[in-house]
Amino acid sequence: MDQFILQILNGLDKGSAYALIALGLTLIFGTLGVVNFAHGALFMLGAFCAVTVSKLLSLSHKVVDDTRTDFLGNPMQVDVPYLHDWFGAATGDTIIDWAVPISIIFAIPVMVCIGFIMERGLIKHFYKRPHADQILVTFGLAIVIQEVIKYYYGANPIPTPAPSAFKGSFDFGVLIGFDVNAIIYPYWRLVYFFFSLVVIGAVFAFLQFTTFGMVVRAGMADRETVGLLGIDIDKRFTVMFGIAAAVAGLAGVMYVPINPPNYHMGMDFLVLSFVVVVVGGMGSLPGAVAAGFLLGILESFASTSWAVSNLPGINQVIIYLVAIIILLTRPRGLMGRKGVMEE
Amino acid sequence: MSKSNFSRRGVLKTGAIAGAGLALPTYLRADAHAGFTNAPGDSEVILGFNVPQTGPYADEGADELRAYELAVEHLNGGGDGGMLNTFSSKVLDGTGILGREVKYVTGDTQTKSDAARASARSMIEKDGAIMITGGSSSGVAVAVQALCQEAGVIFMAGLTHSNDTTGKDKRANGFRHFFNSYMTGAALAPVLAANYGTDRKAYHLTADYNWGYTTEEAIRSSTEAMGWETVNAVKTPLTQTDFSSYIAPVLNSGADVLVLNHYGGNMVNSLTNAVQFGLRDAMANGHNFEIVVPLYSRLMARGAGANVKGIFGSTNWHWSLQDEGSKAFVQSFGTKYGFPPSQAAHTTYVQTLLYADAVTRAGSFNPCAVAEALEDYEFDGLGNGKTLYRGDDHQCFKDVLVVKGKENPENEFDLLEIVEVTPVDQVTYDPNHPQFQGGALGTCNPGA
Repeated sequence: MDQFILQILNGLDKGSAYALIALGLTLIFGTLGVVNFAHGALFMLGAFCAVTVSKLLSLSHKVVDDTRTDFLGNPMQVDVPYLHDWFGAATGDTIIDWAVPISIIFAIPVMVCIGFIMERGLIKHFYKRPHADQILVTFGLAIVIQEVIKYYYGANPIPTPAPSAFKGSFDFGVLIGFDVNAIIYPYWRLVYFFFSLVVIGAVFAFLQFTTFGMVVRAGMADRETVGLLGIDIDKRFTVMFGIAAAVAGLAGVMYVPINPPNYHMGMDFLVLSFVVVVVGGMGSLPGAVAAGFLLGILESFASTSWAVSNLPGINQVIIYLVAIIILLTRPRGLMGRKGVMEE
Repeated sequence: MSKSNFSRRGVLKTGAIAGAGLALPTYLRADAHAGFTNAPGDSEVILGFNVPQTGPYADEGADELRAYELAVEHLNGGGDGGMLNTFSSKVLDGTGILGREVKYVTGDTQTKSDAARASARSMIEKDGAIMITGGSSSGVAVAVQALCQEAGVIFMAGLTHSNDTTGKDKRANGFRHFFNSYMTGAALAPVLAANYGTDRKAYHLTADYNWGYTTEEAIRSSTEAMGWETVNAVKTPLTQTDFSSYIAPVLNSGADVLVLNHYGGNMVNSLTNAVQFGLRDAMANGHNFEIVVPLYSRLMARGAGANVKGIFGSTNWHWSLQDEGSKAFVQSFGTKYGFPPSQAAHTTYVQTLLYADAVTRAGSFNPCAVAEALEDYEFDGLGNGKTLYRGDDHQCFKDVLVVKGKENPENEFDLLEIVEVTPVDQVTYDPNHPQFQGGALGTCNPGA
């Protein structure tokens, strides 16, 4: 029973990332009708927003320490962050320690801008082109973005830890009556799960309870009619592209303490997120979120040593197996709408 | 009596012209002239550096390339000479190799066997490289080594740690300076027993490919010989990025040590996840729970950040070594590039010098002569103490470093501290050891 709960918890944090990426993918597909293979790159760019903020906050000047020598035997040059000079060592270190949460403030406008530029600069030229063209151009864009990141940040993962207050783990099992060490869960993964719920809730609330959201939903249902009413739906859809980019970026920002980011991390999530979108139902926002969590949990169970020893390789294929079964029994996915991707 | 139209003079003239015509293409190919592939001209010799320039190990590849450029500079008489000054052999005098200036071409392995073979083939067939060296993966090393055997050029392996490179997949034209999984197990196990005791239960997470298997086998065999018990060993996909599902059950498995047979991005992520799940702070079976990373790389350890603190592993070489060879190399490399070299840089630099030295001692670029010069060759002054290039399997035997993640690093390069220099005798094994059986060197192929 403890292992069951443990794998559900593991699946929830993994599913959180899938759900956030798939939500953005579905928003873009539902509004603009574009299959955006560069969405994983947006997730990765979000992660590198956190890396950038962390580096900016740690910007330092050199101070020569005559008591120590460097690897060449010269007097050691010690890095002293400017924040130490401005706010004192203790406050400066605290600000640097909280670099990841602080990055959220930086990442939202940056990612919205990147989304705007991407949509206005490239993707809008492919609206009327076949989906295959859209996939090719966005996939190419993703490769360009990741090579640019690799050029500036290198190929190795860059450690960007969580604030000290959220490092380590807690014994969730003891809280619900299990033995000590039965269900250990890291604090930051719990933070990530709740953060994703907040972002998902905010996106749904925005679409459900604002006039802007109402128009967007109307445009998703019948773009032509909304256009005939004199509403510039294209402009609103461009804004939605920016919001989708920000959602992917936020998912990336908060993910960096879980696994150190590298230039390839977007690709690692991209294919699985597309499967999530298809399983959830093309164009269905609740479907994308539900499928994200569902597949995250299933993947977690399939990776247990019991599952791997009894069904070798099941951890590699479980998501695709489930996708096949769901698409055979429900061709539009779990919550797919009639008419979407069926013309 | 019939009259023949052939005259003696005519036959001789025709024969001479036909013979010259047939011989011309062969004569124009210097390799055939010399009897081996890509024989160099009188002025220059071309080496092929095949390193990962793209892909996940691109940073390691970049460091290898820096070391190769430094080695070429030193061989051609530039810079401060680096380890040429400390090398026990004194035949290299800074005038290139056998009087030819050393030039090089580079290829991108992408850490993919097929791409690595294609780039090596291109360097051999189009660029005329007489020796191929480099790489940061055992899969790539084994693939390129086999290609070099077929093509008739020497392969001086880069960073490859699997037993198979000089075990079941060894080749007569291939040579490895880097240590291997068996040596890691033999060096690490006594240190683990001394620090953690002999009453331990280990749980292995193993990367699901060739290197992972041989490392798990080596560590299991060495630690079990010390009294440890292996409670479980789980294969993890090479493409795995989040190891939480594999890590979460460990604490409740009866194990009190987690061995991460992972390298590169796998190691960074699995170690980060293990620390996140509180394994370093946990107690099991009355012991502190411990984590072991058999193969460390400083470049990779940097990715795991503070998570490496206090964790044991092994490495082929470390810039903090204080022997004359290591100091000369660190000085030379650090002055040129501004940071200390990695173990990948060290092994590739050394391999280039060893090749140049073997050619010079043999007095020939013929791969078979070079192989003969390298076999059972003993040398010193290249950073690992006295070293033997064993002729039976073309594996270098030297001291192995057991290291630990440093608790209080002073800078971004100061991540590992040397715990023990394991003497070479402790890591030496019989060529027919079970972990290395199943292949044969075969005979040297000079190509052409």
